[in-house]
Amino acid sequence: MKAFGTVHKYGDNVDTDVIIPARYLNSSDPKELAEKCMIDIDTDFVKRVKAGDIMVANKNFGCGSSREHAPIAIKASGISCVIAETFARIFYRNAINIGLPIIECPDAAKEIEAGDQVEIDFDNGMIYDRTKGTQYQGQAFPEFMQKIIKAEGLINYINNK
Amino acid sequence: MERQNIWNKEDITMGMTMTQKILAAHAGLDQVVAGQLIEADLDLVLGNDVTAPVAIHEMEKMTIKKVFDKDKIALVPDHFTPNKDIKSAEHCKCVREFAYDQEITNYFEIGEMGIEHALLPEKGLVVAGDVVIGADSHTCTYGALGAFSTGVGSTDMAAGMATGKAWFKIPSAIKFVLTGKPANWVSGKDVILHIIGMIGVDGALYKSMEFVGEGIQNLSMDDRFAMANMAIEAGAKNGIFPVDDFAIEYMKEHSTKEYTVYEADSDAEYDETYIIDLSTLKPTIAFPHLPENTRTIDEVGDVKIDQVVIGSCTNGRIEDLRIAAKVLEGRKVAKGMRVIVFPATQAIYLQAMEEGLLSTFIKAGAIVSTPTCGPCLGGHMGILAKGERAVATTNRNFVGRMGHVESEVYLASPAVAAASAITGKISGPSDLGL
Repeated sequence: MKAFGTVHKYGDNVDTDVIIPARYLNSSDPKELAEKCMIDIDTDFVKRVKAGDIMVANKNFGCGSSREHAPIAIKASGISCVIAETFARIFYRNAINIGLPIIECPDAAKEIEAGDQVEIDFDNGMIYDRTKGTQYQGQAFPEFMQKIIKAEGLINYINNK
Repeated sequence: MERQNIWNKEDITMGMTMTQKILAAHAGLDQVVAGQLIEADLDLVLGNDVTAPVAIHEMEKMTIKKVFDKDKIALVPDHFTPNKDIKSAEHCKCVREFAYDQEITNYFEIGEMGIEHALLPEKGLVVAGDVVIGADSHTCTYGALGAFSTGVGSTDMAAGMATGKAWFKIPSAIKFVLTGKPANWVSGKDVILHIIGMIGVDGALYKSMEFVGEGIQNLSMDDRFAMANMAIEAGAKNGIFPVDDFAIEYMKEHSTKEYTVYEADSDAEYDETYIIDLSTLKPTIAFPHLPENTRTIDEVGDVKIDQVVIGSCTNGRIEDLRIAAKVLEGRKVAKGMRVIVFPATQAIYLQAMEEGLLSTFIKAGAIVSTPTCGPCLGGHMGILAKGERAVATTNRNFVGRMGHVESEVYLASPAVAAASAITGKISGPSDLGL
């Protein structure tokens, strides 16, 4: 499985309140949530994002609330993968559980810039910045999590057990 | 004899932290190590009106159709209640119908509800030694009782409701040794803000925060709830306190459930240890837009404010209200100041009324709201306009948290919030001569 797209770049501590503000949590419809994704720190994101694009951020991405609406909004906006230096733990769980690919890779998070064309090979965790000509090894998931990812989320994984 | 000692079980097993011991016991294991993936039995699964509808929808996709134990699920519509709009009303209806359909014992409707993390301990649903997951990040609050509790998302909640189990990565831990006694007007909120300021919003990422030391005896249960509550603001998986006489007294008063006391091994390993002398701490305020941007009261400068919010799952308990009332007693809030007090549960509300605290608030010029998470997350009941500033006893001050993206939230204790309400700028009780 591979992803290829244009990078949208953010900094440290991108919290779930800016990924999807609580004032929109009266909906749980992925499409409606996607329309408001990142609105409080990047008002144009929704207009710019194209299916397959990649989100890159620095440390502690997704900190704050446990709202699963945050990874749901990102996934429904068309983002194919989030790369970060580190993820907040609830966001990390949620992303895996709903089948939004995420990769921890400090070097990639630091060096990749907004607008770069990036390709990701999920089978080996390799990240290729096609604009810069650089490549990075992302952290591999433990086997147990790979099984959840392959099942496309926790619910399918449990159903298949 | 020496040879036998070498093979003594205690000699060959590695020491475990308090959190590791609770998780090991719930996974049926004698020993766990940091990083290990386990599946643990759950004593309680919690959800609210924002997160439960997503979980209920996920559960509909599962082959398991009934919850694992109708007594071990708690559903608390507290975020956008009383229903703030039609969409919220639909969410609450979804939760209510699920609760009735599944015959959930612990579903709390308006009138008996409260903010989930104040309500569950009060109703005796969580005790020491429990493993609890909740689809709300502040589920870590119950660490004050010596339970392992942590926030998860809606899919984890769905899986937990269906199977009674959840997967966890065994966390390593940071130890906070608390000594001394906090000065007057310094509360658990100041202690945890001080700690978050020290280690940062990801300082305990993926880890447990274990609070120990003789200073704990100088922290009330309400102080400890506030501290464990904000462990997530340092990125922690959980925050946990040893079970002492205060905790046992609290559980005896509120619960009939059997509790189990787990203690960290004396040789448990910690990633880091911090020693904090509580007597040296000052009232502490987190400036926008992160809980780690802390300053002590003498460093705040002149920050004029428009609104004060006293309440939430962090600081809406009876002791918080008593402290706020003590500061507001016989005084008037500054002209033009909007002061919103929201007791965290119906029982706290009633007690505050019987103690005359509500009368003090209203005479001072504050309003008193029904229990709700509303203002804390910018949901309803106190939204900020562009450029406005609030001092809040809540737990987050992210961009746009309480309203407009250009509004600001300053996190503080009930004492500082109440004093600020009087002066119209960030102030401590000492600024009022208290």
